Amino acid sequence: MTLDLFLQHLSNGISLGSLYALIAIGYTMVYGVLRLINFAHGDIFMMATYFAFFGIVTFRIPWFITFPLVLVLTAALGMTVEAVAYRPIREAPKISILISAIGASFFLENLTIVLFGGVPKPFPAPTLFTDVVQVGTVAIQKLTFYIPIVTVLSLLALLYLINKTKTGMAMRAVSMDQETARVMGININHTIAFTFGLGSFLAAVGGIMWGMKFPQIQPLMGVIPGLKCFIAAVIGGIGNIGGAVIGGFILGIGEIMLVAFLPNLTGYRDAFAFVLLILILLSKPTGILGEKTAEKV
Amino acid sequence: MLKIEDLVVAYGGIEALKGISLEVEEGKIITLVGANGAGKSTTLRTVMGLVKPVSGRIFFQEKDLLAEKTHHLAQLQITLVPEGRRIFPKLTVMENLRIGAYCRRDEKEIKTDLEWVFSLFPILQERSWQLAGTLSGGEQQMLAVGRALMSRPRLLMMDEPSLGLAPLLVKEIFRIIKEINRQGVTILLIEQNANAALQIADRGYVMETGRIVLEGSGRELLANQEVKAAYLGKRRDQG
Repeated sequence: MTLDLFLQHLSNGISLGSLYALIAIGYTMVYGVLRLINFAHGDIFMMATYFAFFGIVTFRIPWFITFPLVLVLTAALGMTVEAVAYRPIREAPKISILISAIGASFFLENLTIVLFGGVPKPFPAPTLFTDVVQVGTVAIQKLTFYIPIVTVLSLLALLYLINKTKTGMAMRAVSMDQETARVMGININHTIAFTFGLGSFLAAVGGIMWGMKFPQIQPLMGVIPGLKCFIAAVIGGIGNIGGAVIGGFILGIGEIMLVAFLPNLTGYRDAFAFVLLILILLSKPTGILGEKTAEKV
Repeated sequence: MLKIEDLVVAYGGIEALKGISLEVEEGKIITLVGANGAGKSTTLRTVMGLVKPVSGRIFFQEKDLLAEKTHHLAQLQITLVPEGRRIFPKLTVMENLRIGAYCRRDEKEIKTDLEWVFSLFPILQERSWQLAGTLSGGEQQMLAVGRALMSRPRLLMMDEPSLGLAPLLVKEIFRIIKEINRQGVTILLIEQNANAALQIADRGYVMETGRIVLEGSGRELLANQEVKAAYLGKRRDQG
């Protein structure tokens, strides 16, 4: 393999890893505050691509207006899922909430099939992003560079929000101890809804870029990326945002490199994530950055 | 200031409080003493809205507290130092104090109160950048009290603040409770350490299995034979 080719694979891996990271953050944040795997997250990501499709193709709204609109709509969708599927049974046993999560996921998938049809649709990617540039001897889509940049910027904004603002402090407090957070005057319903909104917002950022990179959308497109990003969050240490990012990049780069170096295994591309999940659960079940908290009595 | 009337609380059919009434006067230290399971913590948790009662009423300055959500109580300047401290372990000491002032917007006053808390607990200032989970048990207790003070409470409820602390620290905590009260904060204190609690209390209530069995001034209860026998570890004949 030549260096050029390797760099091409690497840049592909990084941009795929960026997308996984953006989606994985949503899983890890929701787990952080509710100890719940939001199985509908992959479907919220899928809905974002449909929102973009309808904005640009059906309503002919320019992309620079559609995309911000998609982010807001998807955040609202995430908050709606929380309010409808999780909030009414928040005090119920964990297994009920888990089943509700799976139900929410199936509901969104089937709703999409009923409303928009099961036939794949082309994602309307602006050529501004999909243009190909020649770097040395390799041809790379501009998008491949934009994706990691947008991801890093989103991450920096997210870290600032969580670590430096009052809302972020409330989110962290709610993730540690809901009851005491309430005593401090924090409205945990608002905080949890905000967390879902934020996670879905990032999934929409990922979804728009995903649609441009793999420009075909269909109602079940969120299933496999959803599972993989859940795995990415587990690998990094679920509940830990840095971990979700690391897990996302490991999966993205690993998957691309696996196909690049061992073309015979191309058919096992999706299995890579699951094998990695099994390995991490066997060797370090808490994930790379996960830690057991010792309680002081 | 705080008035509890005929409060009945049940956990799954078992009555933890069987109709208690008590009153907390403004500016005073009131204490609830009693053994494990007497219903002391349940009383505080019900005032905070963390437990829903079966019947009874709770008023805070004529306001019906049972109609208020827990997160609104901080705005009414009612707060709780929970049992077991419950500081946020992965927030820094400073962030824990800041979150105590979560409902407040008066940044200047918050800074003043921060200075006040640091003057009460100088160790917290030294450790302000440390994660709260790395503090010792006694320091965590001080942080829990400091965090509650940051809401500038009018009514401060404390659930066993001396639990698990070394005797010297217990003395220090009680000294500080008295000092906080002297600065105008009304205090409702729960203690198993009945002796220390009754010594600083203006008024005390003795609870037993969900009922208030005795009430009186701190001094009266300290001198009461039954209280001595039950909670102060003195036999009746020693009087």
